[in-house]
Amino acid sequence: MNISLNLIFYSIRVVDSSMNLLKESVISCFALLMIGFSMPSAAVFTIEITAPTTASIPIAIVPFSLEGVSPGVQQPADIIESDLGLSGRFEIVPRSSFLSMPHDLESILFKDWRLIKSEALVVGKVIFLGNDQYEVRFRLVNVFQGVQVVGHRYTVKAKQIRKLSHQISDIIYQTLTGRAGAFDTQLAFVTVRDTDVDREYFLQVADSDGWNAKTILESKHPILSPSWSPDGSRLAYVSFEDRHSMIFAQSLRTGKRDRVATFEGLNSAPAWSPDGSMLALTLSRDGNSEIYIYDFTGGKLRRLTRHTAIDTEPSWSPDGNSIIFTSGRAGGPQIYQMPAAGGPARRLTFQGDYNANASFSPDGKSIVMITNQGNGYKVGIYSTETRTIQELTDSRDDESPSFAPNGDVIIYATKQKGKNVLATVSADGQVQQILSYQGGLSIREPAWSPFTRKI
Amino acid sequence: MMRNPLTFVTIFIVVSALAACAGPKVAVEDGVIAEPVPVVTGEAGTTGLDGDDSLEGTGLDEGVVEVDQTNNLLNQRVIYFDYDSSSLTTESEAIVQAHAQYLSSAPGTAVILEGHADERGTREYNLSLGEDRAQSVATLMKALGVGAGTIQAISYGEERPVSLGSDDDAWRLNRRVEILYQ
Repeated sequence: MNISLNLIFYSIRVVDSSMNLLKESVISCFALLMIGFSMPSAAVFTIEITAPTTASIPIAIVPFSLEGVSPGVQQPADIIESDLGLSGRFEIVPRSSFLSMPHDLESILFKDWRLIKSEALVVGKVIFLGNDQYEVRFRLVNVFQGVQVVGHRYTVKAKQIRKLSHQISDIIYQTLTGRAGAFDTQLAFVTVRDTDVDREYFLQVADSDGWNAKTILESKHPILSPSWSPDGSRLAYVSFEDRHSMIFAQSLRTGKRDRVATFEGLNSAPAWSPDGSMLALTLSRDGNSEIYIYDFTGGKLRRLTRHTAIDTEPSWSPDGNSIIFTSGRAGGPQIYQMPAAGGPARRLTFQGDYNANASFSPDGKSIVMITNQGNGYKVGIYSTETRTIQELTDSRDDESPSFAPNGDVIIYATKQKGKNVLATVSADGQVQQILSYQGGLSIREPAWSPFTRKI
Repeated sequence: MMRNPLTFVTIFIVVSALAACAGPKVAVEDGVIAEPVPVVTGEAGTTGLDGDDSLEGTGLDEGVVEVDQTNNLLNQRVIYFDYDSSSLTTESEAIVQAHAQYLSSAPGTAVILEGHADERGTREYNLSLGEDRAQSVATLMKALGVGAGTIQAISYGEERPVSLGSDDDAWRLNRRVEILYQ
């Protein structure tokens, strides 16, 4: 089964519902032109579910009534439907099967929804209050019990409606699955454009569905390893803009950036400590690749590893007490763990010839990594309980795995038909998505943001 | 400058179509290939075809052969490595040795040793691997008497392949250290 949801077509519906006198085909062309050339914040990804789960909850999301709302305002139901559909945890009941279009609790005819076997129902309204203020209401309803499960009312500006819709998706996801949603989050990634004469690198940040993409750094030289500060306000990354590797930390709000490490030799693999006060990184200034801790307060540097083999790709445990990293000390790359304060390193992985680029799940119970057990480089998940690695993907060229802040999904870079794309896989391996950059631009180095501030 | 990625989408389609036609190619970047070969001074000078007075010539004695040999090695500016290895082979050591001799004999000449890895595995590990490879070459050069200030070792990891394929031949060409005279 292969569901393809092109987000541009979701944005078409926004226009469609506000100009319903015109024929749909005419609107589609018009909308495409408008989105392609004048809307700065369309999705940069095409997201495709390649392996949806079988255990999904049927849910119907009725288009919200838009009362006094101008055509440019987005339909929250489109965004919520896209979020929940792409998560693979829900079966979206098609709008064409709806027998009625309620917007509040009183007008719901429960038999209409039982008939089309929708277990959950979302209804809502957007009401223009004047002066760029909108009231957004939504209710999540249990169809079989005929009761509201959760409902909220917000007052927001037009440009906040998209973010708010992701938050509503998060609430629905949490209510129905028991786990926090991560739709209202962002991704950092690097895109690469090849021209006849050279190559351009763009460090970008976008919403988790590819909307609102912004370039925060542009360079003719490689950009690597974006890492989010735990409060989501800054990105650390490696840039070769001066013809050798350097580590920067850049504020997303102001664009102001600090040089963290510009030592002779390698400056790579920055990873923020959970409290935001330190950065683990890899330097070769004292010989070969070793792991150091940089303390932002006072700018002090502390060396952590001491070995003739490569030590790199440090990552913190969620409690901040230990560092896991890749080391070649056993002959090939394997994952090790050591106290962040310094001390002996303990080898964690023994399965396969190549285990690298590890990071903890938010609950600290598992570690995602790139593993090669003889069938290519795949995303693998290591259980700290069973101490074994389970391969999660079927691909052969996976790189840079990163957990969503809720721990349910992992994003990574891979190749699909020779093209560099991003992909996600649920932590249980059940749901997989491919995120292609619009126009086929090469995309890599994804990093999922922490949870963002709520409206 | 903020750039909207959508604005270059169409441009890229054209560019990628061109790139696809080119197939695997050797990247001419940063003047690597255009760089002149250092000539070993005063030993291998050529003579013009202007004299008819010495038809018998002088013959190529062993010394000249040796100089030619050195020249060949100096022409080799790329050192190749095995998968996940930064060890130099015997042949590689001979090439590094030739460059070390040249650098010792030519004060004021400096080199950048640029380490690279093939695309397999993780980018950050590959950066370290490229660094180790560049350091292997640097260490041998220093052991042979080249001043540390003459050498700069840097790594691009898997970011700058010379061959764009995804097969053994491409990977073999990409696991390398380039010796770049400044």
